[in-house]
Amino acid sequence: MNLWLTIEIGFKEIWAHKFRSLLTMLGIILGVSSLVAMSALVKGMENGMREALIAIGGLERVMVEAQPVPMEQKHLADQAVGVTMNDVYALNSSAPSVRLITPGMGLSRVTVARHGKTFNPFICLGTWRSALEMSQHVIAHGRMFNEIDEEQARNVCVIGTATRDALFGDPEETGREVIPLGEHITINGQVFTIIGMFQHYESEQSRKEREFMKTQPKQVKTGPARSRGWGGRGRGGGFVFWLKNATIYMPLNTMWIKFRSASGTNNVPDVRLSTLSFKIKDIEQMEPTLQQARNVLMNTHKGIEDFFFRTQEEWAQNITTSIRNARLSGGIIAAISLIVGGIGIMNIMFASITERIREIGLRKAIGATTFAIFVQILVESVVIAILGGLAGLLTSYGLVRILVLVSPTENSPQITLSAMGVAFIFSVAVGMLAGLLPAVKAAKLDPIEALRYE
Amino acid sequence: MALIELRGVSKIYRVGEEEIRALDNVDLDIQEGEFISIIGPSGSGKSTLMHILGCLDSPTHGTIQLDGTMIQNATAVQLAGIRNRKIGFVFQFFNLLPKLNVLQNVELPMVYAGVATRERRDHAMKALKLVELENRSRHRPLQLSGGQQQRVAIARALVNNPKIIFADEPTGNLDSHTGEAILELFHRLSQEGRTIALVTHDPEIAAVTPRRIEIRDGKIARQVDAKLAGLDRIRPAAPAVPPAQ
Ligand SMILES: Nc1ncnc2c1ncn2[C@@H]1O[C@H](COP(=O)(O)OP(=O)(O)O)[C@@H](O)[C@H]1O
Ligand SMILES: [Mg+2]
Repeated sequence: MNLWLTIEIGFKEIWAHKFRSLLTMLGIILGVSSLVAMSALVKGMENGMREALIAIGGLERVMVEAQPVPMEQKHLADQAVGVTMNDVYALNSSAPSVRLITPGMGLSRVTVARHGKTFNPFICLGTWRSALEMSQHVIAHGRMFNEIDEEQARNVCVIGTATRDALFGDPEETGREVIPLGEHITINGQVFTIIGMFQHYESEQSRKEREFMKTQPKQVKTGPARSRGWGGRGRGGGFVFWLKNATIYMPLNTMWIKFRSASGTNNVPDVRLSTLSFKIKDIEQMEPTLQQARNVLMNTHKGIEDFFFRTQEEWAQNITTSIRNARLSGGIIAAISLIVGGIGIMNIMFASITERIREIGLRKAIGATTFAIFVQILVESVVIAILGGLAGLLTSYGLVRILVLVSPTENSPQITLSAMGVAFIFSVAVGMLAGLLPAVKAAKLDPIEALRYE
Repeated sequence: MALIELRGVSKIYRVGEEEIRALDNVDLDIQEGEFISIIGPSGSGKSTLMHILGCLDSPTHGTIQLDGTMIQNATAVQLAGIRNRKIGFVFQFFNLLPKLNVLQNVELPMVYAGVATRERRDHAMKALKLVELENRSRHRPLQLSGGQQQRVAIARALVNNPKIIFADEPTGNLDSHTGEAILELFHRLSQEGRTIALVTHDPEIAAVTPRRIEIRDGKIARQVDAKLAGLDRIRPAAPAVPPAQ
């Protein structure tokens, strides 16, 4: 029995009932396109989250954070010192498994100003040079502060592009990039010199988009420029990237002396650090390294556990879980619609063989084997499923393009080849399963009864 | 050895308590090259006999030998092969597939025989030439008249060069004029040496064949063989028939 001819007959049968076949395929089309679109959405989410995770310093970054003294140590609360520079020195000398120990002293409610323009950076931190590597910052212009700046507590700072945009003008709007090295700004009233500027951070997707926009003719803006709200730059959504752009760094000592002394109640500058980060040398040794660091810190904290370690692992775990959930629910929805599509195919195949009982009888009379009839019906339903699957892939392509338009850029949905493959194979399998019962029924028909059938 | 030998063949249908003997202990030989008719009133068992002769149905009792094969020992796949290569069927209602064109309908038995595409086309065109429809090969069955459709069905029955052709009331659905043309065609095919069995309830149609088998209530009631009897009972209106011997 010739398989090609069987397939050709299948196509003819489908073509003869164009509308009916299209309706039948609709279930498969929906199933396949929703499966592909779902996985594209999840993939987009995953991309965005992964990029963000790397942008904030990767998995090996650990933050030491203060926490209230635990219940059973409450009586020692007045002796709790919090996280201080002592911890930094202790870790440096006694915890060999950690590296890049970076203290940070933050300032809240910061306003930077210049010539009447103001800006509220998200992060204003006094820190060490190592903060650059710790937070994956790259100095694009100028330099990072050095040991002398640190020692002398100079009023120098390194800013992100968000501060520059607010105080000196956004190159996207003015059409001219200002590099404000050597310029003076005030931070909460104190004059600082800008000695360096970070590169502009954005997700891969928004960078591509921006580059694409550059090739387009510039649009003439009409009407007043609207504030684009909290997110600062309207394009390039990702919070993590915006956060990095809205960062100001200054030497730790500068922060301590110039800002903390003013806030200290009895004129002794507050020695507590607001952040203390380090990286783990070997990510495989996460647990033992944390234990080592904990032992060191327990010593400097006189056994009072007023600190804890925040790792990105939790966050990464959350990402993985939410991605898995999204994938699962998307998969279930798609699978249900594929199954519904399969039931549709089965229904139509039953109708089709009832219509063609005489044909089947005739085919048997002229020499078709049971198996040949079985294959013929199966091929027809698989052909419907394959056509539906292909149409579904096309639909999903369109669907994802629409989704790309409406979703935030850093989570831009991305069609994956594997999702397309899985969806297609799945649809073919559904067609095969759906054709099985009708094919068996057709194959078992008694040719004499079938020929007599009116 | 005869082409077909039926020995003690019975076909019994059970409908509830009742037992219907559609065929009752039939012995029958058909020789190669014979042109026979099976005649009897409606319900007498003609179609049942034809289905059993054509390996579409199996008897309740009895044995069948076809071209040297014991049919009751054959598997379903072997039976399909026998129907495909050794038997051609022509039905009252033509049973052409409406979605295939004339040529494709005629090709169908060769498809199941696994004949290559080109060869299939050639054979099908030859068979269509035999029934004088080669210029209608691209038509759909429903674009043809009843007589033409039946000729397509005959071409389909011929195309695998079968040992025997069974025609069950082939003129039953045609007007008498067209019916005669079909009978003429069968006659011509018989003269070319093909073995043909015509099933009919109409004695006038049965009259065109040299040998007639009358069936009543599932039994062979009478056999007439013009050749053996030296009789020539062909009616005058029938096409020229070679004189007996
Ligand atoms: N599937 C069946 N079940 C029960 N009885 C049947 C069946 N097929 C045929 N018969 C009976 O067998 C007898 C012969 O039928 P058939 O061979 O079709 O007669 P004919 O072709 O001579 O008109 C009839 O009485 C018919 O009712
Ligand atoms: Mg009958």
